Formats: sequence, C-alpha cells, structure tokens
Amino acid sequence: MKAINSAKLEFLSRSANEAFARASAACFAAQLDPTLEELGDIKTAVSEAVTNAIVHGYPDQLGRVALKLRIYPDNCLEVVVQDWGAGIPDIEKARQPMFTTGGAERSGMGFTIMESFMDTVRVRSTPGRGTTVSMRKKISVRAQR
Amino acid sequence: MPPACQMEGRRMRWSLCGEIDHHTAGTLTRQLEEALSLRLPQELELDCSGVSFLDSSGIALVLRAWRTVSALGGTMCITGVPEQAARVLRAAGIHRLVTIQTRA
Repeated sequence: MKAINSAKLEFLSRSANEAFARASAACFAAQLDPTLEELGDIKTAVSEAVTNAIVHGYPDQLGRVALKLRIYPDNCLEVVVQDWGAGIPDIEKARQPMFTTGGAERSGMGFTIMESFMDTVRVRSTPGRGTTVSMRKKISVRAQR
Repeated sequence: MPPACQMEGRRMRWSLCGEIDHHTAGTLTRQLEEALSLRLPQELELDCSGVSFLDSSGIALVLRAWRTVSALGGTMCITGVPEQAARVLRAAGIHRLVTIQTRA
C-alpha cells in the first residue's frame, strides 16, 4: 500500500530533541483525527524509540537521528526512527522487559512500552552500522461530529 | 523550577510537574533522592497532577523512589496521575508495587 502523506525530520542526538520529536509526530498524526489516548500512545512510543537512539545508538558521541512518518489509506500511521550509531548486538534480549545496558537511570521498559502502545514494532540493527525501529498503529475512524 | 516538597510529620508530598522523559528525569531523580535521604519519610506521596507527559524514564524514577522508601520501611503512593502517564505506569506493572490514583 502506498503512503498518502509523509514527513521526515532529522536532528542531532541531543536529549532536548526527545520532546521535539514526539511533539512533531503528534502534530503530524493529528490529521488522522486520533483520540487523546491514541495521541498519547504515539507520543510515548516515539519518545521511547528516539530515547533509545540517543542513549544506546550514540552513547558517547553526537550523531544523526531520523524520524519518518507516513500515513496509509487504511488510517494507519507508520513511525520509523533510525540512527547510524552503535547498533544492537542481540535484539531479542534488548526487547525483553527490564533488560537495559543503561544503568539505574533506565528502566529497561522502552520496547515493552512501544509494543504495548503500537500495533506492530519491527527492529532491524547491525552492530556498528545503526538501528531502525518501525512501528505502526491503526487509528480508529470516528463518526463525523 | 525544583519540584515542591511538603512535610507533615513523617509524610512527604513531592510534586512533579512538566514532561518527564530521559532529558528531565536525571535531575528530577537526583532531587527526589536527595530529599528522601535528608527527610527519611515513612510515607511518600508523589503528586503528578502537574505532569503533562511521562515515558519509561519516569518508570525508573518511580522505581528508584519506591526502593528507597521501602528500604526505610515506608510506603508510597502516586496521585493526580494523568491518563497518558497512568497507561505507561500500568504497562510496566508499577500498580502492583505502588497505589496509583488517576487525575479526577
């Protein structure tokens, strides 16, 4: 299925951009007329994926993070968060609840939250080359008010 | 602005506000840990009525506070929690450790 609308943002892996990324994703998703709950889910999932790219993709350097947003005719939103950083050696392990390499300040719940709040979460990663997280969520069609 | 702290006997009310993410959680966690080790409360109320967003960084903050308060033999609750934050906390199973009161 071909996307009917798309947007792409690229920003430095500074933590201040986490708020920028989720607010931008919410603004783009607004054209699907989501409920407040759906909008909250999208913001949360984007925040988790972008934080992962910043914390784990570029642990000791600044790098580029891309946020790609697409809307499909079936009222589906696709969010892709990409980095060109460290990569994940063991994706299955990284997706397990409570697993983190980030120390006491991280909960290890990022992927669990993404999986709870989006319909699908796909992770591709090559150590030393970077990570791409693709998530989809179908937004319910509401009756015209 | 640092979070507001109110003491009533051994009960401590700590008010968080704004967006709690990886960018803000580090400072907020350190401030809360400092206050807890200084005041040694038996009851901690984490007031989230001013919170506009929370992600898994907020889970780490809550877990840290819960561990500290539990080590003091105390209890903890989270109040005024907005819907988005409540969904995140529930997805992480925090409601099994700490009472979560959602915003009225």
